[in-house]
Amino acid sequence: MSLKGFHIVFIIFSTLLALGVGLWCVWVDLVEGAPIYLAGAIASFVAAVALIVYGVWFYRKMKRLRIIT
Amino acid sequence: MEIPYTVSTRPDTGLWNAKIGIWLFLASEVMLFGALFSAYIFLRIDAAPGTWPHGLLNVPVGTMNTAILILSSVTVVLAWAALKMRRYRAYWWYMLATITCGVIFLTVKLAYEWPQKFEHFGAYIKPEALAKYEQYLGNERRIEKGFEPRIEITGHLHSQNAKEYEVALDPVNADPDNPVMDRPHFFPLPVTDKIATIEKADVQRATMFLPTHSAYFASYFTITGLHGLHVLGGVIVFIYMWLPVSKKLYQRNPEHLANRVEVSGLFWHFVDLVWIFVFPLFYLL
Repeated sequence: MSLKGFHIVFIIFSTLLALGVGLWCVWVDLVEGAPIYLAGAIASFVAAVALIVYGVWFYRKMKRLRIIT
Repeated sequence: MEIPYTVSTRPDTGLWNAKIGIWLFLASEVMLFGALFSAYIFLRIDAAPGTWPHGLLNVPVGTMNTAILILSSVTVVLAWAALKMRRYRAYWWYMLATITCGVIFLTVKLAYEWPQKFEHFGAYIKPEALAKYEQYLGNERRIEKGFEPRIEITGHLHSQNAKEYEVALDPVNADPDNPVMDRPHFFPLPVTDKIATIEKADVQRATMFLPTHSAYFASYFTITGLHGLHVLGGVIVFIYMWLPVSKKLYQRNPEHLANRVEVSGLFWHFVDLVWIFVFPLFYLL
């Protein structure tokens, strides 16, 4: 696997982590009653969306530049 | 002597040699970290109820460090892409950004997170003496609510003599009946001014937050320490590839430098991927 492929795998895992952190924050807020975690949840979900957007941009750019090894 | 297959592919494998080498190395790394993660999971599953430390790490700082590592993976791949496009100046800047991210990560870990733990103190109270320290543990309310009883008093070690410890208490022990103390805190609360005197005869085990404190901290320091060594190794390699010596290689054979950056980038991605598992395991769960 090339660095390009591994990077896409890494971004997928990072996105899953961001979603997981967001869900964890929602859980702490709901179960433990800690509203400040809601801000953490929002930030995590925004980060997950940003990672998805970046991943798609990166894939398209690599495809366009034909950087395939 | 010319080392073969640094740029062209080997006919029998279809790959250049360094790429096979790095993947073999990463396979051994998977086994190393896999064994450590497995040990941590089994230790945690087997821990007696209520004895596994929880909420002791700084989640915002850990999150920031995670973001820094993710960013460094982006910059290293962009550095490699810049080399492929023969844009050395852009490569230089992206590589500098990657090195900076690695250094920030290590600085936060070694100058802030670890020392904070080394200054913290915990005393596990003997089961027969738990009632004596009820004002610091708040177990009557916890048992009533169905929570596991607290068995440790934590804070900063104020002083000690042959018979007693004097501890500046953490908020969780200074105000144990406050329901707010039942949950982890987004921003860690500072140590209070309230001092507790704990008789050494009532203490089962007392230590700073070092690997000797618990299986949790033993695993934490082992895994984050090993991970930190990998980050340090990656940063050293990146610095070498960022220095003028690499420009000479670029001028001689740019594809060779691109391949070197690719294999070190693969290593860096693996190190970052390990952190993607370390972070939720130690900081959140």
